[in-house]
Amino acid sequence: MPYKLLIIGGSAGSLQVILSLLSASGSGIPVPVLVVLHRNGIFESSLEELLSIRTGLTIKEVEEKEPLRPGIVYICPADYHVLIEKDHSFSLDYSERVHFSRPSIDVTFRSAAEVYGPDLICLLLSGGNADGADGLVYVQTHGGMVIVQDPLTADVPYMPQQAISRMKPDFIVPAEEIPTFIRGLVR
Amino acid sequence: MEINPIQYEELELLLNDLYKRYGYDFSEYSKASLQRRILRLFTLDKFPSFAEFRYRLQTDAQYFRRFVEEITVNVTEMLRDPSFYRTLRTTILPVLATYPFIRIWHAGCSTGEEVYSMAILLKEAGLLQKSLLYGTDINPLVIEKARKGIFPVSQMQKYSENYIQSGGVKDFSAYYTANYHLAKFDSSLTGKMIFSTHNLVSDFSFNEFQLILCRNVLIYFERDLQSKVFKLFDYSLENFGYLALGSKESLRFSPIADRYRQVGREKIWRKVHDAL
Repeated sequence: MPYKLLIIGGSAGSLQVILSLLSASGSGIPVPVLVVLHRNGIFESSLEELLSIRTGLTIKEVEEKEPLRPGIVYICPADYHVLIEKDHSFSLDYSERVHFSRPSIDVTFRSAAEVYGPDLICLLLSGGNADGADGLVYVQTHGGMVIVQDPLTADVPYMPQQAISRMKPDFIVPAEEIPTFIRGLVR
Repeated sequence: MEINPIQYEELELLLNDLYKRYGYDFSEYSKASLQRRILRLFTLDKFPSFAEFRYRLQTDAQYFRRFVEEITVNVTEMLRDPSFYRTLRTTILPVLATYPFIRIWHAGCSTGEEVYSMAILLKEAGLLQKSLLYGTDINPLVIEKARKGIFPVSQMQKYSENYIQSGGVKDFSAYYTANYHLAKFDSSLTGKMIFSTHNLVSDFSFNEFQLILCRNVLIYFERDLQSKVFKLFDYSLENFGYLALGSKESLRFSPIADRYRQVGREKIWRKVHDAL
C-alpha cells in the first residue's frame, strides 16, 4: 500500500480509541502518524507522556518546520493549527479557531490532502462538535482514504455522525476493530 | 466540494505580481498557511476565478490593502501565556530596571494587546515613566487599532484571569474604562507607546532595544526568512538585551543561536556576546 501519512482526528471520547490503536501497533507504524486531538487544556503537557508510556512508541509534539518522519507519532500542540508544507514539513498557525477549535481537525485534513492526495489516510473518531467533516470531504476529493468510527461505538457520536451525514466514508469501522483495520492498511 | 482553485504554481505567480507591483515580498512566507489565508479571502470576496482575483490585485491598490489586512494573522490577546509574563515580571524587569532608559520593541504587534500588557507590567514595576514601547506591524489597519487602545469588553474577564495568573495583584479593571461593549485603556499607558508600520521582510533596524518581543510571527516565515529576521533582531538588540518568542518558536536553529542563552524555561533568550 502506498499510504504515506495517517492522520487521526478526535475530540471528546476519542483518547481510549487512540490508545488502543497505538498500543496495538507493536513495533510501531511504518508511516508518520499525526494526532489532532481537541485538548481544551485538559491534557496539556501530560498527553505525550501518557501516550508514550502506554504505547511504547516514539511520541512527540509537532515542532514548526520539522520534517515528517515514518515511525513517529506526532501530537498537535495545544492552541495551534497544524499545516503541512509541500516539502512534507510541519507549519504551525495561530489564526482564528475553526469550529471553536485550535488545533482544528478540518484545517489539518485539508492541508494534508493538498500535499498527500491519495497517499493519505484520515481517521475521524468520537467527538462532540462538527470539526473534521469538511476536511474529510476535501480529503476524499483529493483521492485520500477516509475512515470514520462507527457512531454507535463512539462515546460521543456527534462528530462521526456529522461526517457521515456530509459524505460517504470509504469505511465506517466499530471502535474495537479500528486497531486491526488500520494496521492492515499501513503494514 | 471544490478542488482548491489556487494551486501552488498560481500562488507563486500571484506573489511575484505583488512584489513587482507593490514591493511587498511574501515569497518566503510559509506557503501552507499563506495559501489558506489567500484562499479564505478569495472565497470571502466571491471571485469567480483565480485570473480575476489576480487581475484585481494588480490593478486595484485599495484592494491590495485589504489583501494585506486579511492575509496576515491578527489573533492576539492580553497577557497570553501568563507564565511568560510572570517571568518578565520576576526575572527580566528587575534587570531592565537598572537602565536609565528602557526601549522595548514589539515586532508584529497586531492590534497591540501585548504592548498594553507590557505597559501594565512596567507601570506596576514603577518603570513605565522611563520606558518607551514601540509596536510595529506590516498591517496599517491593526496599527490604527493598537493606537486607540480600545478592545472588546467581552475579552476582559479572560484578560483579568491571565493578569492574576501572571502575578498581578491589583484590580485589572482599574486599567480601562468600559463603555457599552468596549474597554478603553488608560492614557497613562498609551502615552508611552509608539506605533508604526514596519515590514520585517524588507525594512531595516530603526533603534537599539533592551527587549524585543516577536511572538507567533516567525511561525509564518520559512527558515531562510526566519534567519534574516533573527539577524535583524540581533542587530537591533543591545548586548545583554533580551529576545522573546512565541511558545512554539525557538532560536535553536538560527544563525545567532550561539551568542544567546535561554532564560529559564520560557522562550526568552539573552544576548551574551555582540557579533564579531
